[in-house]
Amino acid sequence: MAPPTTYTPPPLPTPFNNTHPAPTLLTQGAEARLYKTTHLTPTTPAALKVRPSKPYRHPILDRRLTRQRILQEARCLAKLVREGVPVPALLALDWEGQGAGNAHGGESGIGGAWLLMEWIDGLVVRVVLERWERLVRAEGRISGVEEERVRDFMRRIGNSVGALHRAGVVHGDLTTSNLILRPASPGTAEAEEEDGRVDMDGEVVLIDFGLAAQSAQDEDRAVDLYVLERAFGSTHPHTEQFFEEVLKGYRESFKAAATALKRLEDVRMRGRKRSMIG
Amino acid sequence: MIAIGLEGSANKLGVGIMLHPNDGSTPQVLANIRHTYVSPPGEGFLPKDTARHHRSWVVKLVRKALKEARLSVQDVDCICYTKGPGMGAPLQSVAVAARMLSLLWGKELVGVNHCVGHIEMGRLITGSTNPVVLYVSGGNTQVIAYSSQRYRIFGETLDIAVGNCLDRFARTLHISNDPAPGYNIEQLAKKGTQLVELPYTVKGMDCSFSGILAAIDGLAATYGLGGKEEEIATPPVTTPAVDATGENGNGSITTKPTRADLCFSLQETIFSMLVETTERAMAHVGSTEVLIVGGVGCNERLQEMMGIMARDRGGSVHATDERFCIDNGIMIAQAGLLAYKTGFRTPLKESTCTQRFRTDDVFVKWRD
Repeated sequence: MAPPTTYTPPPLPTPFNNTHPAPTLLTQGAEARLYKTTHLTPTTPAALKVRPSKPYRHPILDRRLTRQRILQEARCLAKLVREGVPVPALLALDWEGQGAGNAHGGESGIGGAWLLMEWIDGLVVRVVLERWERLVRAEGRISGVEEERVRDFMRRIGNSVGALHRAGVVHGDLTTSNLILRPASPGTAEAEEEDGRVDMDGEVVLIDFGLAAQSAQDEDRAVDLYVLERAFGSTHPHTEQFFEEVLKGYRESFKAAATALKRLEDVRMRGRKRSMIG
Repeated sequence: MIAIGLEGSANKLGVGIMLHPNDGSTPQVLANIRHTYVSPPGEGFLPKDTARHHRSWVVKLVRKALKEARLSVQDVDCICYTKGPGMGAPLQSVAVAARMLSLLWGKELVGVNHCVGHIEMGRLITGSTNPVVLYVSGGNTQVIAYSSQRYRIFGETLDIAVGNCLDRFARTLHISNDPAPGYNIEQLAKKGTQLVELPYTVKGMDCSFSGILAAIDGLAATYGLGGKEEEIATPPVTTPAVDATGENGNGSITTKPTRADLCFSLQETIFSMLVETTERAMAHVGSTEVLIVGGVGCNERLQEMMGIMARDRGGSVHATDERFCIDNGIMIAQAGLLAYKTGFRTPLKESTCTQRFRTDDVFVKWRD
């Protein structure tokens, strides 16, 4: 067997291999890498999602899949922005990853296809809840005011998910890492923990539509909610008791929510995997 | 400790003998014998015929295995057999044989999950400690990772197994089933050059293959490529359906595809799906090792693609050759012996077999 080699990420696609300051890598998943870069002015931050080409795949198949997926994500984002759903705005994209008039190298997607989006300031909901849970554990109890604050926060999560579904899009991977709390007043998010209170004001923005699809089916919506519920159960055990507030916020956000919530009960009963017995 | 393993969940009958030295050194394979029921081209193996094959060969194979291992019956500690999953009739005939040996020799029985057998054998042969496992065969397609005493299934097929998809396409093309339909497809695919467009069906961590099979069967019919090779010497004039999708503009289809092109395209498409889901599982559990087991795991193109993916993640791929990849008796002996050492026994009363037996149903007591 070949010895494990150190991994060097492939170079960024043009024009991002040439920007100052260079984009900084934030996360790396199986499918894409996320960078922070700038757009138009050096002080306007933007999020860059690069889908590198997969060298194991046949080049034609690779181009087809990358194109399909990046366009799918872009279409969902464009639609959601149009419908006024809190998601990052789409700024630019290139599904070939070669830039216009690329003269060097004809091989498909050397740097990979990319998608440039609005930068959303704020903390991911996972971090907000973790901080809050730490605080609660330190104090040993939840005061009435605190409880109302977290309940309100959960309802706003439900509202955002409801707005997404109302627009006819399902997320496909709803976890607390894919929700960002955009603070009401900018620049307050980082400095919160010292004054012994976690800021939960602001708008809940949905991110990462890599697995999103256009669907208005109750089943798909219910699966979205179920995934979110499971994410709460596994990562935020202390907040799980307030998950009903998410559903409450969801219910009041659009008309067809009631049938989706009914379907959620079926999905819960079924679980993700059917048993193979019988 | 010495275990004899009997495997017969599909068309291979395998008998293997495994030795785990008492001093804890590396386990040794004392015998690994297999006999395959091969059906004529264009046909699959039927359960009743396969079961008959197993019944008529099992005694011969056990005798031969003992002779090869230079053992007498007294040396054997336990008899391991495949409890499931697999085809009912072949499983039954082997379970009967195992029970008979148990009563005849006065040895205890250990029922083994076939999938766990593959995983344990792969781990033993390749020496990989905690890999993400891709188990691909004629009956199973699963992406598995170990976590707290279970082999957990991260992704799997939603309909037919990947090997079944390949085998059935081999039937469409009347490719020989000897030594294995998948092997012959692999050889033919090496001559293919053009990629025809096929559905690509990854749903989250899961895959679906039945639609791809229907699509490529349809293409074979459209181009008159099905049936025996000599019959298609003068193919009927057809309108190329693939061009209608506009793929021609991208240079994907230039001329009428050949049988080799179809095999090539089928492999490229379905293996890409497998590698993609495996990569997701690796990213999820934070592992860099991959272990490929099961009959389709012998495919060198799959190993190559997986190798490229693993390399880019800073890891490596472990695969075995046909002796251990394809169903065999030693893998049952290996997994059975591991369980036997932890005190696991299958009493005669419970020595049944079952067509459906989930990988994550097995409590893996022998790992931390």
